[in-house]
Amino acid sequence: MRKIVLVGSPNVGKSVLFNALTKKYVTVSNYPGTTVEVSRGKAKIGEAEYQIIDTPGMYSLLPITEEERVARRILLEEKPDLVIHVIDAKNLERMLPLTIQLLESGFPTILVLNIMDEAEKEGIIINKNLLEKELGIPVVGAVSITGEGIEELKNRIISFPQKTRDYEGFISYSLKDEIENIESILTSSYPISKWMVALLLLQEDEEIRKMVEEREKNNFPYISQIVEKVRSRYVNPLSYEVALQRQHKVREIVEKVVKVKEAKVTFQEILSRLTMNPLTGFPIFLLIIYLLYEFVGVFGAQISVDFLEKTIFGQYINPFVTKLVTSLIPWKIVQDLFVHEYGIITLGMRYAVAIILPIVATFFIAFSIIEDTGYLPRLAMLIDRMFKKIGLNGRAVIPIVLGFGCDTMAVMVTRTLETKRERIIASFLLALAIPCSAQLGVILALLSGNAPLFAIWAGVIASIFVLIGYLSSKIMPGEKPIFYMEVPPLRLPKISNVLTKTYTRVEWYLKEVFPLFIMASVLIWIGKVTRLFDLLVRLMGYPVQWIGLPKDSAVAFLFGFFRRDFGAAGLFDLKRSGVLTGVPLLVAVITMTLFIPCIAQFSMTVKERGLKTALLMAGFIFPFAFLIGGIVNLILTTLGVSL
Amino acid sequence: MTLSDRAEEILEALWIELVEEKKEICRVSILKDDEAIKNLVRLGYIEIKSPQNQIQLTKKGEAEARSCVRRHRLAERLLVDILDCKKKLVHETSCKFEHFLHKGLDDNICTLLGHPRTCPHGKPIPEGPCCKDAKRKPEKLIMPLTELEINRKARISYLQTQERNVVLQKLIAMGALPMTEITLLQRFPSYVFQVGKSKFAVDRELASCIYVRVI
Repeated sequence: MRKIVLVGSPNVGKSVLFNALTKKYVTVSNYPGTTVEVSRGKAKIGEAEYQIIDTPGMYSLLPITEEERVARRILLEEKPDLVIHVIDAKNLERMLPLTIQLLESGFPTILVLNIMDEAEKEGIIINKNLLEKELGIPVVGAVSITGEGIEELKNRIISFPQKTRDYEGFISYSLKDEIENIESILTSSYPISKWMVALLLLQEDEEIRKMVEEREKNNFPYISQIVEKVRSRYVNPLSYEVALQRQHKVREIVEKVVKVKEAKVTFQEILSRLTMNPLTGFPIFLLIIYLLYEFVGVFGAQISVDFLEKTIFGQYINPFVTKLVTSLIPWKIVQDLFVHEYGIITLGMRYAVAIILPIVATFFIAFSIIEDTGYLPRLAMLIDRMFKKIGLNGRAVIPIVLGFGCDTMAVMVTRTLETKRERIIASFLLALAIPCSAQLGVILALLSGNAPLFAIWAGVIASIFVLIGYLSSKIMPGEKPIFYMEVPPLRLPKISNVLTKTYTRVEWYLKEVFPLFIMASVLIWIGKVTRLFDLLVRLMGYPVQWIGLPKDSAVAFLFGFFRRDFGAAGLFDLKRSGVLTGVPLLVAVITMTLFIPCIAQFSMTVKERGLKTALLMAGFIFPFAFLIGGIVNLILTTLGVSL
Repeated sequence: MTLSDRAEEILEALWIELVEEKKEICRVSILKDDEAIKNLVRLGYIEIKSPQNQIQLTKKGEAEARSCVRRHRLAERLLVDILDCKKKLVHETSCKFEHFLHKGLDDNICTLLGHPRTCPHGKPIPEGPCCKDAKRKPEKLIMPLTELEINRKARISYLQTQERNVVLQKLIAMGALPMTEITLLQRFPSYVFQVGKSKFAVDRELASCIYVRVI
């Protein structure tokens, strides 16, 4: 099957195009770095079937971030039959350098000028025919979100010429002689043109250097000698020289093909400024938090949960199933597997469907809307200074905010952070102090109606986030983070995308949660039958009592080992039966918030950060959660506070 | 009286060895009969201490030497960034060029360049009186982006290329290259600038690597 790879800068709509071509769905948002993994799909174009590969954003063939490395590796290893370079039509001057690099590398390329509608609104007119002539490749204008231009793109893919011209010397580098010199020494074969290999070697590309070292055993010392010699002759780094000369050519082309009319300042632009100005930006941020609370905390976690829990499960499902099971199965032991206190249906299903689902669904709807407006990069720029204090940069706001939805997804997204140090700190804080939406929703419901409780809880968790972040940034060695982020235009979210995205996320979530909850019920059942459960509850009873909680809450903490939200839901039952109120409730909620990450998050942390790091984190978090719970309990009881 | 080119170069070499690199003993080979050395001794810029014939800078000599180094490095900045001098020639040309930048002229060049902190090789340029003045009144032709007026159109003159390589790569990725038009949109809590139709938020460290000229 022929392969087509989609490449381009972050946030130009590669994934939207991928979805349009393959009729599959991968997550699409309005901020750079949504795609962190490579997606593959099939598309029938004309008579032939193609494999389409979507890649994370890359700015140039000389990678600086992990995502860029992933994208380039695809280009080097997949031997694509065709590369589609997707660019933002508004920013030709900034994006054409990558087109030229692809051509210089010898990839058969089609250029897609995406987001043409916004370009037109900004008064940018591009002469596509002339651009085709200048570059010598097909150029297609598109608005991939509406499907405009997709048919033309397909036709261009079908009619793509078998032979493409040679782009060596397309740009007259001052390094031309040296490039040719190295080129002539390279004897092995490469996935990209030798011209490009030589060019990347001169620009100190580690990965390419290793590749050449492997393939040119005999010549390598000689080659590196040449590279060294050239480098010593230039004052500026060669990557800079090369970029300058390439930009020069791009500027020539852009001057020929682009005309710009002065555009009016739009409402979007004014709103965008307001979100970024600190005077208005922070109030807007608080407003968004408030709306989020109303939608997720009140509508999702209270109204919807109440309805599903009390009415649907409490009045219909549970009595019905209990009656059914008890009449069908005469043995109490077997009945317990399905119903009664810890049954698969009465506990596992009820938690998953009635408590977790409405909260997670409302959070993801809200989060998808926020994502698609392009608000997150603005939040990142507002918060960068504060995040620097805890060893992160503004960019980390995206995984952290996503963590309030699902920590597991968030740990995966920490890949977009540039240094290993930032990735470890972010994963650690996610595991410790960021409650996921399911847990957060249950906590909000637990603390609802008691403002002081809620304030103390939020204060303690926020201080721990800052304090532990600050301490780990002091302890962890490594480079200081640098912040840079593209700020995309504010856009009106498309309802269809919000719904599809929420659906795929909730689906992912439930697939993750359901088996776990059912497994938990089964394990508890086995535990009860073998009496192991009682033993564990008794063991768990010790730390629980040390921090001043009633013995009964040990069960909830035992649930917490499966998932923190499961544990929180357990607390929910205790509160309802009146066992847990006031200070002990607060202490229980704080300890549960900090409690060890769920199995999925733990395994994602293992996958992303390695087993050792993940174990270290868990080993710290478990006693730390109880320590903080104990301290809060001690302080409040000593002060004689009653809440 | 003015010093000969050769005398100035000796002073420079001495300053780099003794002051900048803080070496105890100077490697500069001495020819006692050298006219330039004799002249420097006569003017009270250097002292030759027996028995090992070590050269030392006097207080007066140190100030003069510092100024020589400043002129040399400013000349390099000027040649590389503004006059686009071919790289091989930078050192040679600036060696000649520096001698023209006398009394006051060096400060003008420094102002033109926006009081750069380092030469293209990354070595620090000693501050002159103009740099101190500049901190008080921002009247410059070329300045770091951090000092550009909000919403004022400017063009990128050069990038501080000896910063960490990742910084440079990021600026290239953002398309913030010399000759590109740039506008600063805000400076707090982060710097936000516009290049073409794209907006970027960056921290102070990155923003201060971009030197711009108002248009």
